[in-house]
Amino acid sequence: MKTKAFIKHALTGNEAAAYAMKQINPDVVAAYPITPATEIVQIFSKYVSNGEVTTEFVPVESEHSAMSVCVGASASGARVMTATASQGLALMHEILYIAASLRLPIVMVVGNRALSGPINIHCDHSDAMGSRDSGWIQMFCENANEVYHTVIMAVKIAEKVNLPCMVGMDGFIITHGMEVIETIDDEEVKRFISKRTPLYSVLDIEKPITIGPLDLFDWYFEHKRSQLEGMLQAKKVIPEVVEEYNQRFGTNFPAFLETYRMDDAEFAIISMSSAAGTMKEAIDIKREEGLKVGLLRIKTTRPFPYEILREKTKGLKAIGIMDRAESWSTMGGPLSIEVKSALYPLDKRPFAIDFVFGLGGREFPIEDAFKIIDITRKLSEGEEFPEFVHIGLKE
Amino acid sequence: MKKKILSLKELSERTYGLASGHRACAGCPFPSIVKMILGSSDYPVVVANATGCLEVVTTIFPYTAWPVPWIHSAFENVAATISGVETAFKALQNKGVMPADRKVNFVAFGGDGGTYDIGLQSLSGAMERRHNFLYVLYDNQAYMNTGIQRSSATPFGAHTTTSPAGKVIPGKVQHRKDITEIVAAHDIPYAAQASPSHWGDLIRKARRAFEIEGPKFIAVISPCVPGWGYDESESIELARLAVETCFWPLYEIDNGIYKLNYKPKNKLPVKVWLEKQARFKHLLDKPELIDEIQNKIDEKWKKLLWLDGKKVED
Repeated sequence: MKTKAFIKHALTGNEAAAYAMKQINPDVVAAYPITPATEIVQIFSKYVSNGEVTTEFVPVESEHSAMSVCVGASASGARVMTATASQGLALMHEILYIAASLRLPIVMVVGNRALSGPINIHCDHSDAMGSRDSGWIQMFCENANEVYHTVIMAVKIAEKVNLPCMVGMDGFIITHGMEVIETIDDEEVKRFISKRTPLYSVLDIEKPITIGPLDLFDWYFEHKRSQLEGMLQAKKVIPEVVEEYNQRFGTNFPAFLETYRMDDAEFAIISMSSAAGTMKEAIDIKREEGLKVGLLRIKTTRPFPYEILREKTKGLKAIGIMDRAESWSTMGGPLSIEVKSALYPLDKRPFAIDFVFGLGGREFPIEDAFKIIDITRKLSEGEEFPEFVHIGLKE
Repeated sequence: MKKKILSLKELSERTYGLASGHRACAGCPFPSIVKMILGSSDYPVVVANATGCLEVVTTIFPYTAWPVPWIHSAFENVAATISGVETAFKALQNKGVMPADRKVNFVAFGGDGGTYDIGLQSLSGAMERRHNFLYVLYDNQAYMNTGIQRSSATPFGAHTTTSPAGKVIPGKVQHRKDITEIVAAHDIPYAAQASPSHWGDLIRKARRAFEIEGPKFIAVISPCVPGWGYDESESIELARLAVETCFWPLYEIDNGIYKLNYKPKNKLPVKVWLEKQARFKHLLDKPELIDEIQNKIDEKWKKLLWLDGKKVED
């Protein structure tokens, strides 16, 4: 069935996320306001106050409690959502691991923002990258329209594999930038996500179970291994759900990776989130100048699409990887480390360079995108560069 | 009209609570406390547990001593976890997933670390948001699970591994904070202190708490054999002496009205309680420090006698 019954709205990323949450009408939302995701909580509270959703909203006293309430509610069989950013995500850190290990399909929208210190409220990916090993599925959206649709898909993905899912959007750039969003109607959303069938529930009085027992060296390892099974399953389920969504609504969202002008590309830029939009524009211009450059935009970083990356970088002379976070390894940002590690087993690997850019909301103008393309081109021609360079830094 | 108190026979016939085979230390009173609290419920219970002794000794995969639904998430978040469970119950009832007439009592257990200290924020949040659950503090007055470190529940002068009695410093130099009053200051409908030595009072309090909609709090003293340093046959006696010396007064604040539930005929000096415990033995030749403890107790006791029968706002 194909419906293209889109309704157009002018919405910011936060409004788009809140609107998706309204249509999802979760059983429980527990959240704490934090810039730049505060609006999601505010708008959702209004939906609750006006009776536009039947959700039980828990306005907690901290993000740590937000995630703890989510864990308690999700372990009770409820469909549960929240939203946060930056320090809030960092404060949740301990409970993120517990949510994943209890296999709870909580969906959380993250307005990606730099972590303190120094304190900063603007965009980078240090928050989400800090929780990349917590066991959550992680997706990053290029624009507000993608946020809206991804939040809906995330509910289905999370509940199919029983893992929590984080949907990221760049702080302020997307959270506060207004765009035309094409939404689907309430009934279609309801039909697509259907109902949650929980694996277990702490509210099951007839069949009482113990959730979260002490688990030492004789079983912890096996439980962690079985948790990995969920992530392996996600590698199959994410493309299935995205494909089903695209088919049903006539959209064209990537599951793991979007390719842009890659057909005859000799070198490529690998990026995530909103910077990909600027990079697409820069690539269009450089293509006209005859440069054979393309873009690989990574949408999903957990599970990491290493097979697809190997496939899509085949034959490339060079790749330039864009990192909106530091890893402090002194070998570049987290994305570049993972991309390079994905390509390591190949006999023929492209030259690779990492571009650390945009930390703390530093602007990413098209001139910087040209710079990135230019350096990557020179690298493809054999010129030598350091492991990583900073772009847009005042020196 | 429901019975206020259950006989021990009636209590023993209730299947809620803890199964045998858990690994609590010999003499530890908290298994009895848990059984008395949960056995007091006339409806099924759902339990959340903070990280701590109780969680560690009652579970180890693939074994559990809990015959009731039970969830543990982390150390400092048991009140938030049970908030989530209770909220989900409400949501699922409203949406017709859960039968509307089903009654469940939600209970959170935390030690003094998870309650006075690291868990105070989430406890405060849950109380302020008026979730419908009973929070039970088992207060053994130090971080016993990690090996007897001081907490803000540790009494003045007590030796712990992080407030050791040394040549210069005689154990903990601060008095414990009054958690029952702190929680009661949230204006919750019911807050109380109880002791396993006075089981009739403890059960009545649990049953009273279960009658009330909203957040409830019961602090139960839970002597600790290795932490306090006494013979394992004497836990209940130590709890009883804490009450008889008025170190641990049995009282309740029911909808704002203070009630002293037990006034010892012959209020014993605190020394009687202190001298039975190794953690205070370095104080026995320091009468001025014992006086300081006694004065603090007398002050609080005087205040409670004055408050008895009064409404908070009187």
